[in-house]
Amino acid sequence: MKKSIDLPSYLDQSEEVKARFERLKSREVILEVKNLCKDYKTGKGSVTALKNVNFKTHRREFVCVIGPSGCGKSTLIRILAGLESHTSGDVLLDGNPVTGPGRDRGMVFQGYTLFPWLTVKKNVMFGLEMNNMSETQAASEAALWLDMIGLEKFANSYPHELSGGMKQRVAIARALVNQPRILLMDEPFGALDAQSRSKMQSHLLEIWRNVDITVLFITHDLDEAIFLADRILVLKAHPGEVQELIEVPVPRPRGAMQFNSPEFLATKARLDELIHPPVVEQDVEIEVKPHMIRFTNVEDNVE
Amino acid sequence: MNLASWFAVRRELSSKKRMLLSVGSFLLPLLIWCMVSYVPGIWHPMVMISNPGDVDYFQNGMLVDRDAFDEELKNMQSAHKALPKGDPANPIYLPAPHEVAKAFYTGFTTPPQQQDGQWLHESLLHSIKIIFWGFVLSSLIGVPLGILCGTYSAISRLTEPFVEFFRYLPAPAFGALAVAVLGIYDGPKIAIIVIGTLFQQILIIANTTRNLDYALIEAALTLGTNRFKLLFHVILPGILPALYRDQRILLGWAWTYLIVAELIGTSSGITWFITQQARYQHFDNVYAAIIMIGLLGLGGDLILAAIGKRLFRWDRPANKE
Ligand SMILES: Nc1ncnc2c1ncn2[C@@H]1O[C@H](COP(=O)(O)OP(=O)(O)OP(=O)(O)O)[C@@H](O)[C@H]1O
Ligand SMILES: [Mg+2]
Repeated sequence: MKKSIDLPSYLDQSEEVKARFERLKSREVILEVKNLCKDYKTGKGSVTALKNVNFKTHRREFVCVIGPSGCGKSTLIRILAGLESHTSGDVLLDGNPVTGPGRDRGMVFQGYTLFPWLTVKKNVMFGLEMNNMSETQAASEAALWLDMIGLEKFANSYPHELSGGMKQRVAIARALVNQPRILLMDEPFGALDAQSRSKMQSHLLEIWRNVDITVLFITHDLDEAIFLADRILVLKAHPGEVQELIEVPVPRPRGAMQFNSPEFLATKARLDELIHPPVVEQDVEIEVKPHMIRFTNVEDNVE
Repeated sequence: MNLASWFAVRRELSSKKRMLLSVGSFLLPLLIWCMVSYVPGIWHPMVMISNPGDVDYFQNGMLVDRDAFDEELKNMQSAHKALPKGDPANPIYLPAPHEVAKAFYTGFTTPPQQQDGQWLHESLLHSIKIIFWGFVLSSLIGVPLGILCGTYSAISRLTEPFVEFFRYLPAPAFGALAVAVLGIYDGPKIAIIVIGTLFQQILIIANTTRNLDYALIEAALTLGTNRFKLLFHVILPGILPALYRDQRILLGWAWTYLIVAELIGTSSGITWFITQQARYQHFDNVYAAIIMIGLLGLGGDLILAAIGKRLFRWDRPANKE
């Protein structure tokens, strides 16, 4: 890992970025998590998945949650969605405690969860129809969203005819057409290849810019978190606790060129430090030493 | 053509090869049957007498064991009397394919032997009627109950232990009881089909319902679906293709109970036809009737499979078949 000396601190913010955060924090709080704890009861006893998690999310904020595998990211977002109960603490949406799943919190899952028996358009209409909107009105709203995600041509296709990226676009539209207060996303692009992944990231930012929506996005990809987020909630494992809530100093609008900007690299270095703590020297010493034997002809050199 | 292409592990064959093998799977047993029937050297444990000679109990057209024939032949030789003559033949219970094929045709053209007897097609129709009502009644209870068991643990816990127990009780054992309660006509027959199918049906459909990806239910919940709508808008459409496949298998199950069911009370339908023909040793008719049941079952299933394929276009795994 190379570390240039003239990298700024990830805490330094330009005037512009500072002003953005001022504005952000002056907006009302949408989601508040207070002293959230979650214990799983298993056969061998109880596992603490989350311990004393606290944070607030403001309206139209983009928050990423990052942390090592098994630190309780999915547990957290499932509790927020109301799909899982919590042991103690509070989850408040607009000040009201969350008791179960509801249309005010949309969710996009890592696996594909489009209803395979419904066409793309019917999938997008699903939430509206479940909430008693008339079919014609639901259809016109769905058409609007299909246009927005660029899949109007696929309105009458079935999910199995779509690529992974297209499926997740539809899943986003299906959640957003319901006008939730917050969009919860659990590694939604985790199964995509690098190229469609970066396309989806830009696409998501564009939607977020144009719609009144707050996003809580889970990822384990550092670049993805920095590229997308206003603030990054860094968790640590066993038990899952908040390590730091980082304000990303990279200015908006974001673009691919910023991946090498000093602010970006500084933030990434900090995340790296938090998530992959430096290896203790002793561990390296007891490393196995491989003893190489040549199995090929000397002249058959590959280098 | 190389052998490896026929035996790739779990790979589908080309449609030409598939067709070839499907035809072969019917031709192979037919070929064995033909060989046993038409090649004199194979089996033929009997002798059909064509000339009784001086053996007093032999008659023209009589079937005797080869041993008995050989013994009489020896007796006549040593007594210097006229020798009996005969051709190797199969026992009466194994008619040759062409005889069965003829019976297949004449079965429909011969009027019933008794005054109040039924034509073959009437017997068949009656059997199909029994199967149909048995299966419909069973499904009317089994499908909704199975889905509820797969959806709600409380209903499952209350129902499934008893159903698990009951399905081990052989349906035919209820025959006498069914007659006592429902009379001697179609009632008890339909009841046996229901008893034979229903309990398996509940368990199989409950399991199919449980196999629905739970993530779909969670997705629906986060879209604001309430519990009641979940059942009709997510669970039911989600399991429909698998449910349809289950029903096809269960219908096959119902057919296997048909023969027992039709022997209960006054025997009826195709079973009555078969037992009548067997009594008069018309085994060609017996085979024709048995083959007819097979064709009806297979044909019905193929039609249902084709309908299912059109009905559930969105269901990829089924359409790959
Ligand atoms: N249903 C459960 N029962 C018992 N323990 C569970 C259950 N679900 C999760 N856990 C435990 O809780 C901890 C957090 O799990 P979680 O799935 O939330 O992690 P994660 O951060 O999403 O991991 P990943 O990055 O692999 O998705 C893990 O140690 C896991 O073993
Ligand atoms: Mg996870």
